[in-house]
Amino acid sequence: MTAADAKLTAFVRTKGRVRGPATIVVLCGLFAALLLTVLLAATVGAAGIPLSRLPAALGLAAADPGNLFAARDQLILWSIRIPRIAIAAMIGGMLGAAGAIMQGLFRNPLADPALVGVSSGGAFAAAGAIVISDSRFAHYVSFLQPFLLPLAAFVGSLLTTIILYRISSRSGRTSIALFLLAGIAIAAIANAGIGLLVFIADDRQLRDITFWLLGSLSGATWSKAATIAPMLALGLVGMLFTSRGLDVLILGESEAFHSGVDVERLKRICIVLVSVMTGAAVSVCGVIGFIGIVVPHLLRLMIGPGHRLLLPASVGLGASLLVGADTLARTIVAPAEMPIGILTAAVGAPIFLLILLRQRGLVGL
Amino acid sequence: MADTPVLTASGISLTIGQATLLNHVDLTVTSGEMVAIVGPNGAGKSTLLRLLSADLRASRGAITLKGRDLHAWSPAELAMRRAMLSQHVSVSFPFTVEEVVQMGRGNLPLASAQSLVNAAIDEVGLGDFRHRELPTLSGGEQQRAHFARILVQLACGEAVHGPGILLLDEPTSSLDLRHQIELVEISRQRARNGTAVIAVLHDLNLAVRFADRIIVMRNGAVAAEGTPAETITSDVIRRVFDIDVVVARTDDGAPYLLPQMMQQIANSTSITG
Repeated sequence: MTAADAKLTAFVRTKGRVRGPATIVVLCGLFAALLLTVLLAATVGAAGIPLSRLPAALGLAAADPGNLFAARDQLILWSIRIPRIAIAAMIGGMLGAAGAIMQGLFRNPLADPALVGVSSGGAFAAAGAIVISDSRFAHYVSFLQPFLLPLAAFVGSLLTTIILYRISSRSGRTSIALFLLAGIAIAAIANAGIGLLVFIADDRQLRDITFWLLGSLSGATWSKAATIAPMLALGLVGMLFTSRGLDVLILGESEAFHSGVDVERLKRICIVLVSVMTGAAVSVCGVIGFIGIVVPHLLRLMIGPGHRLLLPASVGLGASLLVGADTLARTIVAPAEMPIGILTAAVGAPIFLLILLRQRGLVGL
Repeated sequence: MADTPVLTASGISLTIGQATLLNHVDLTVTSGEMVAIVGPNGAGKSTLLRLLSADLRASRGAITLKGRDLHAWSPAELAMRRAMLSQHVSVSFPFTVEEVVQMGRGNLPLASAQSLVNAAIDEVGLGDFRHRELPTLSGGEQQRAHFARILVQLACGEAVHGPGILLLDEPTSSLDLRHQIELVEISRQRARNGTAVIAVLHDLNLAVRFADRIIVMRNGAVAAEGTPAETITSDVIRRVFDIDVVVARTDDGAPYLLPQMMQQIANSTSITG
């Protein structure tokens, strides 16, 4: 240990670490932030709707007779912008929660569905579904048509998560290095698969597949919102049953078992929850990384690592972040749109590196 | 109450692949009894404890807890009747001491367990550290925090189902002298209230102070069993640890050992591992 390390250790030992403001304040803050972001997202865009015209556009107030834009505002808001905001909020919430659950499951603050290939697995399956549903096998899967993409993305995510867990955990312990390396390998395999599908796809399929690779919310519709809403609801209900178990699981699988947790059942529920929520996100907007790693990390600094609060708060903060990021993505280079994956990676990757540096001494990476 | 068997293991063995880790061990622990398991490295002490905690399943033989097969209890039911302190527990997220100790309460609402949590934190002497994050504490302090968590688990279970069993796997390995003695005293106090306590210990002197009965293990089998005076003898220690030792006695007859009184047996090549 160097002198500087010793000094730091002494500092941490005497001061501990100061937790931020009271939990209730943070939760209220999160809710307020979400409201503000949604309001901002509703007003800005390629066709701006100033705050003064917003109540009329929402149908909450009678339109000003002098307002020539009333009909246009309403159309834009209800058929384009609100479904997009709703989807961004739901997906952000699911990605935040999926990251928090996955980090608890793997006892590792570096876990993120996009980073370790779970999203890629889902995207690979979704891309496969696009090619199959357009091929001569199409009539075998036609009965699944409306659910084919979400279902494929879910199954792909599920299989990836299970494989990852099998590889990286041995006799109840998960190796962090093994986990990250296995995640990289799995992501590479899935990406190779996507590459192959791109290679054999025709032009129209290619356009659809490219969409998964970039990650974008531009295809948001009410029907897609309706498809993923039940998955978010499932995730929220699932959190009620997993939060205590995830807390104790941080101590290790044996300890969790000794404390009365049915570890196998908990692991199965968590793997399904992560897969459902990641799959839902991937099926609508492709691979969006780093929300799952940044959100729980920031929240742990503010409200501590207890999952009873961390999980719902991750939904809230994830929603605000993705709505904000999407608003930025569609205004920053307006009238064009920047793929949102670029934005989340630009902000998320440095934070990931920061966590890695802080963890360096602790986990022996 | 004193003679009710809480835990009975009959003829348990554990074989993994070609290796026999435990060979036909019988053990009965009664309510209020304190049992120490000692032996050289690799003797099967921790394996035995993991079998008794239902962490592992025996290849042969049966274990019953409170008259019912150990594996017939659900994890939640089991946790209300036996508490186990493992040797190494690492916490990678910044939970505070208080939050970790609260985890011992199981499904009980926090409000009804908080007084037990406070009492356990004070009992292990971590009152000033309750809001400190566990990863910032020393190894010994972390071990005491986990001991407090186990005490809460035990207390929550015993409040509903009566005296249970406390399993401790080398609980004193990173504790200083004072806290080793305190841990023994806390365990003894629980035993007086009817809890059966089994601890794997390395320090034979501590085992003498700790236990009503000592089980000496070697090569996965019980080599000797009885009161401290019966088991901690130069003959047993020569046989099990391959060292010559003079066992001294305190005024009240309790055996003790000093390192100066030990030497490796001449011509013995075996350093049992």
